[in-house]
Amino acid sequence: MKILVPVKRVPDPTQKAKIKDGHIDLTGASWIVNTFDEYAIETALRLLENGADNTRIPGGEIVVVSIGPDDAAKEIRTCLAMGADRAIHVVAKDDEIDALIVVKVLQSIIAAEKPDLIVMGKQAVDGDANQVGQMLAGKLNLAQATFAATIELAADKQSLTVGREVDGGVEYKKVPMPSVVTVDLRIVASKSVKNGVTPESHVYSGEGARLPSLKGIMAAKKKPMTIGKLADYGAEPQPVIKELSVTLPPPRAAGQIVADIPTLVKKLADEAKVL
Amino acid sequence: MGNVLAYCEFNGPALRSSALANLAFARTAATAHAGDVVALLVGPGAQAASADAARYAPKVVVVEDAALGHYLAETYAPIVARLAKEHGATLVTATATSMGKDLLPRVAALLDAGMASDIAKLASKDTFVRPILAGNAYSTVQVTTPIICVTPRQSEFEPAAPLPGAGTVTAAPAGAVDPLGAAFVRLDAQKSDRPDLGDAKVVVSGGRGMKTGENFKVLEELADLLGAAMGASRAATDAGMVPADWQVGQTGKIVAPNLYFAVAISGAIQHLAGMKGSKTIVAINKNKDEPIFQVADYGVIAEWEKAIPELISEIKKLKASR
Repeated sequence: MKILVPVKRVPDPTQKAKIKDGHIDLTGASWIVNTFDEYAIETALRLLENGADNTRIPGGEIVVVSIGPDDAAKEIRTCLAMGADRAIHVVAKDDEIDALIVVKVLQSIIAAEKPDLIVMGKQAVDGDANQVGQMLAGKLNLAQATFAATIELAADKQSLTVGREVDGGVEYKKVPMPSVVTVDLRIVASKSVKNGVTPESHVYSGEGARLPSLKGIMAAKKKPMTIGKLADYGAEPQPVIKELSVTLPPPRAAGQIVADIPTLVKKLADEAKVL
Repeated sequence: MGNVLAYCEFNGPALRSSALANLAFARTAATAHAGDVVALLVGPGAQAASADAARYAPKVVVVEDAALGHYLAETYAPIVARLAKEHGATLVTATATSMGKDLLPRVAALLDAGMASDIAKLASKDTFVRPILAGNAYSTVQVTTPIICVTPRQSEFEPAAPLPGAGTVTAAPAGAVDPLGAAFVRLDAQKSDRPDLGDAKVVVSGGRGMKTGENFKVLEELADLLGAAMGASRAATDAGMVPADWQVGQTGKIVAPNLYFAVAISGAIQHLAGMKGSKTIVAINKNKDEPIFQVADYGVIAEWEKAIPELISEIKKLKASR
């Protein structure tokens, strides 16, 4: 089974947002693999391995695709170090692309690679748009399972049952292969991914995506990375979404520490008038 | 000029409150687009809810077809895209609920439309303001495609008020229905008599410091006293103390109630992203250095074990005195 995992690098979300010339100032920013995309790699690995003895199922392959500037190669290597097998890096500046351009590039890569499954993060934690997976599925005329919290691979490996986190509960949706799955936070919980090979008794750490091992980091240096540009995949650097400006929200007015609960209730009733 | 096609969710004979926020946004947008609002209801029960929709929109289009079962993005998106064209829409909107977020990007792909997600404000006909970086910044984006898709955030728009007269209702065919091999299996619903987290006036949330799901009972008592919805931080939902759909935050629900209680929640930026639009925020935490106190209007440094029962009894006293 071949799994394609599109990933994006994002500025480390723990850094404080700064504005320069009306846009986010990323000078000197440190970058990470988008957390949800890291979870997508973890999901792909769990689908293709025996978690109990940490061996890969023969015939499985994970291809990472990223569209981003030259130096995004570093974050792509991180994905290879986690265990992905090879990568495609389509070099483009961030202001040359938008969701539809990313989708166009992925469409063309998928036509050539013919993966059995596409797994990706539900959103990037910088733009928070939550669009690319659904758009890609729409363009490819494939089924989609968004916001996946659990995935169970059918015994015949021809379909997946995905537990989706929706308003008011968990929806279970069956999708055939190939299809597009976007993963939510809880996909990395200890028993979220069932592939029929990893024993039911196996418990993953549940602490998020795995960290690259030293061996993985060394191996990643030798793994193949294809480098291309937008034009190689039939896309033009002409985004239809333009960021005009970015502002920081005004800080909330300073609050007050109140001495005890009776004072709190009095203030909520008389001052804030919310009780 | 063009019309605004507003995809509306419904529940029984009435629109969901999330749909009313969408219609309020759609009205403003229709003025900017010099067109009309066309409310679109799709799926089983759409006909029954159409009269309610006609109270809020001058035109209502209903698609109810035996071939069309439970919501699937695969079958619903082509209908929305086709009707957007048939009704001359230049803007297609759906509230940023889990359904709207699943559906509308797929519609956008079918229409080659640029999309702005989770928008907080309409700046002009093709320009929108939306939070980025977990709500730590607001981006103003212009979308230059002939048709634009947007998902307004429920918490940013007051529900639409009824129009003076009822709108017209027309039925449209579903056309060819192809689920592309996808199937709805089941919904494990969280049954609750409490208001929806998305539109509750008061929200009571607990965090990691609650330690166990059992301990949330006292927060639920507080919530029921106030007619509030229950919420939680990611730490509490990840630990399995409470259901995942209670999660408030960047990747959970975005809420903006009049009153928000954060109990034993430290206040990670991802949580703050989901609640800092609340009018009044109360933080109760035993550690005075937690970041939650920086956004709270009122903070009480106390252990929840003592503070919450006392809070319940004080609110009961206040209610009895009125």
